[in-house]
Amino acid sequence: MKDIQKAVPRVDARGKAEGTTAYLADLRMEGMLHGKFFRSTRARARIVSIRKPELPAGYYIIDKDDVPGENVVAMIENDWPAFVDREVNYLGEIISLVVGPDREEIVRIHDSIEVEYEELEPAFSLEEASALKGGPIHGKDNLFADYFISKGTPDEAFRKAARIIEDTCDTGLQEHIYIEPQGMLGWWEDDRVVLKGSLQCPYYVKHAAQEVLGCDDEGIRVIQSTTGGAFGGKEDYPEVIGAAIAVAVNRIKKPVRIVFDRTEDISFTCKRHPSRIRFRTAVDEKGGILGMDIDIHLSGGAYETYSDVVLQRTMFTATGVYDIPSSRVRGRAWATNMVPSGAFRGFGAPQALFGIETHMNHIARELKVDPLEYKSRYFLQKGAATVTNGRIYEDVLLPEMTRQIREMSNYKRKYDEYSKSFGRGIGVAFALHGCGFTGDGEQRLIKAVVRLVKREDEKIEILVSNVEMGQGLLTTYRKIVSKVLGVPLEMIIYENPDTARVPDSGPTAASRSIMVVGYLLQEAAKELKQRWDDESSFEVEKHFKMPPHTSWNQDTLQGDAYPSYGWGVVAVEVEVDPVTFEVETKGIWAVHDVGVPIDERVMEGQVTGGVIQALGYGSLEKLELKDGRFYQNTMTDYMIPTSLDFPKVEGSFVENPYPYGPFGAKGGGELVFDSAAPAFSAAVEQAIGKPISRIPVIPEDIMEVLS
Amino acid sequence: MKVRFSLNGKEISVDVDSLRRLLDVIREDLGLTAIKEGCGEGECGACSVLIDGKIVNSCLVPIAQVGGAQVLTPEGLKGTPRGKCIVDGFTEAGSVQCGFCTPGMLMAAEAILTKNPNPTEAEIREGLSGNLCRCTGYDMIVRGIEIAAEKGEGLW
Repeated sequence: MKDIQKAVPRVDARGKAEGTTAYLADLRMEGMLHGKFFRSTRARARIVSIRKPELPAGYYIIDKDDVPGENVVAMIENDWPAFVDREVNYLGEIISLVVGPDREEIVRIHDSIEVEYEELEPAFSLEEASALKGGPIHGKDNLFADYFISKGTPDEAFRKAARIIEDTCDTGLQEHIYIEPQGMLGWWEDDRVVLKGSLQCPYYVKHAAQEVLGCDDEGIRVIQSTTGGAFGGKEDYPEVIGAAIAVAVNRIKKPVRIVFDRTEDISFTCKRHPSRIRFRTAVDEKGGILGMDIDIHLSGGAYETYSDVVLQRTMFTATGVYDIPSSRVRGRAWATNMVPSGAFRGFGAPQALFGIETHMNHIARELKVDPLEYKSRYFLQKGAATVTNGRIYEDVLLPEMTRQIREMSNYKRKYDEYSKSFGRGIGVAFALHGCGFTGDGEQRLIKAVVRLVKREDEKIEILVSNVEMGQGLLTTYRKIVSKVLGVPLEMIIYENPDTARVPDSGPTAASRSIMVVGYLLQEAAKELKQRWDDESSFEVEKHFKMPPHTSWNQDTLQGDAYPSYGWGVVAVEVEVDPVTFEVETKGIWAVHDVGVPIDERVMEGQVTGGVIQALGYGSLEKLELKDGRFYQNTMTDYMIPTSLDFPKVEGSFVENPYPYGPFGAKGGGELVFDSAAPAFSAAVEQAIGKPISRIPVIPEDIMEVLS
Repeated sequence: MKVRFSLNGKEISVDVDSLRRLLDVIREDLGLTAIKEGCGEGECGACSVLIDGKIVNSCLVPIAQVGGAQVLTPEGLKGTPRGKCIVDGFTEAGSVQCGFCTPGMLMAAEAILTKNPNPTEAEIREGLSGNLCRCTGYDMIVRGIEIAAEKGEGLW
């Protein structure tokens, strides 16, 4: 084991465990007002009129007319209004913000606002969206994005096919359930708006606030408050809250705080994109794969958020860890009248991987071959062409990882035994996860900058915009810098980022914080070490450069979609009750390649947490829509795993250093989410002897499959 | 309504609406913010406190119910040998990620170990089942409590 891997106590553990670390809801400011959103009660409508009540002194209703800049939540496209203008496109869209000192009075004002709507016909499902029910919600065709990529000679593959095997795989909505609900506080200081919030991407929030305020770079400052979980859910929605509070503070010039209660959070924040993926695979006489045709549909909700890039990741992950000689992949992200879909750990990859893993299982079963053995024939190897005709530049350790997972889970004996009767099953699923932004996004869009400061007192400060949100960055960034410099961890300072102090090193997303930003910190620390004795205090700045081996064409979507990949395999064993169809998970095993873990315990924590969250996605977390409203809008109804739902995760890592990651590290925070859901459904398939193509797999669905 | 109770070993009296949630009295009126509001409906356990030694979601308790009771929050537990032992166990095991559920987990650990100083993994999981964590998948919290039980021999 390399020295860097050895676990150290997390620097944030004690304060958090004792409860002395302050989160957003724990902060107070003199004269602080509270804010509550007034939201649409229709999924699709035109606003005819709004009647506001008389306001007592000190209370305000903030809406579109208060926006000094553009009335948009700036993301990739500026299609999401900060406050509804005339048209409402999802149930819960923000019409106004009621602000004042007393929460009961705010509720009274909120409840007495009257809106007259002219109802329009909403489109909720993929079918309704593609049929343009009620007319297009977005553009002329309801498509946020529509891409096509091709590899090899797919036409020829299908011409030569002895048979074609087909599947349609569906994945559902998922809510993040970070235990700390969304929240933000804004105030007026030094002639500008300051926002402090539970968020992943300080510069995204700054950009969004700048757009609504129409101010320059200096007109807004964003500070991260200690963030109680995020998982992608605080990548996009804080821009929505931040834009609104910025407008309110700009008008009122007093502190305003919004903290969601759980029902508001579940009901109206972004969700994981539901998907439908159709697979057609051309197979020769001997059962060999000649080519695949893959048609991806993502449900994007009412506004685009990150649907375009989520879709790209789904497409570029569509053939999974397999070297498929020929393929066609088409992807479409649709607009619907639902809460906008957004970022969620995995960012489109889990949908693709559920699909391809499930489809490969079904091919193997049709051919009467052990799925694990069948999948192993098609593993990508170093030098292989990817689905975008790029290359795999690294050693692929899947054979060794497969050997380990077989041994740990006792796969062969269980697979053979469970094939004979109803009730038990074991499933294995593989994953790769492209690290960093897709394509040349790191160079074209993000352009990360990091700074390291040597101070007079010989302490070193890390200045980056990436945040601790539970994944351990406060500790791992310090470790990287301290190891390079050979100084104790206590000499390194790294505080929650404040855009007035830190450069834009990009968002805390896309498995990039360690691999991309951590590498820049390592490089900066090396330079700082060389120059250590030159001056008593100085600053080192590093800018992102694409690793020299990669090339990408964003117009054709051809080349290296990612510079490197994390790799994973998870095995799950289940027992299905023959009467109730309840599924009990009997064992979970996981092997991952994240290059070199910067801290083994931090990375183990990612594995156990990511795998259990994914098992929730695969087996429990049903979120259904009825007339634009979620049925399950409380934590009683939307069930996430408890300590009793799953047994311990037995995990291990293989070492595979990546030259452009710090100490050889690649990304790992999303990879660990990618395999467990398809492994679970594969295990259930074996237990019940019938194919399953939809997650979450709940007892009602098993009953339906069996009847 | 005036309610007298013991909070972290000190007798106190509050004069509030009898239906006011214990959570709000502790966090807002008394300014003790270690416990958190995660759901407000008794599902997540982030607001866990001990009332007369039993673990309770303080978001479900109207203040009138705690008259005469002993209420313990993380502020009262953290400085005791038991509290320190659990925090040490959590730190050593990697039980803390985002940390928002952790003060509630601290209270759950105290309740588990008070009931049984040498719990099995299954007993720990049972004892944690009212406290939700979205980061860790629970394994390392279970381990943290196991470590506390090992190292805290005689404390409970």
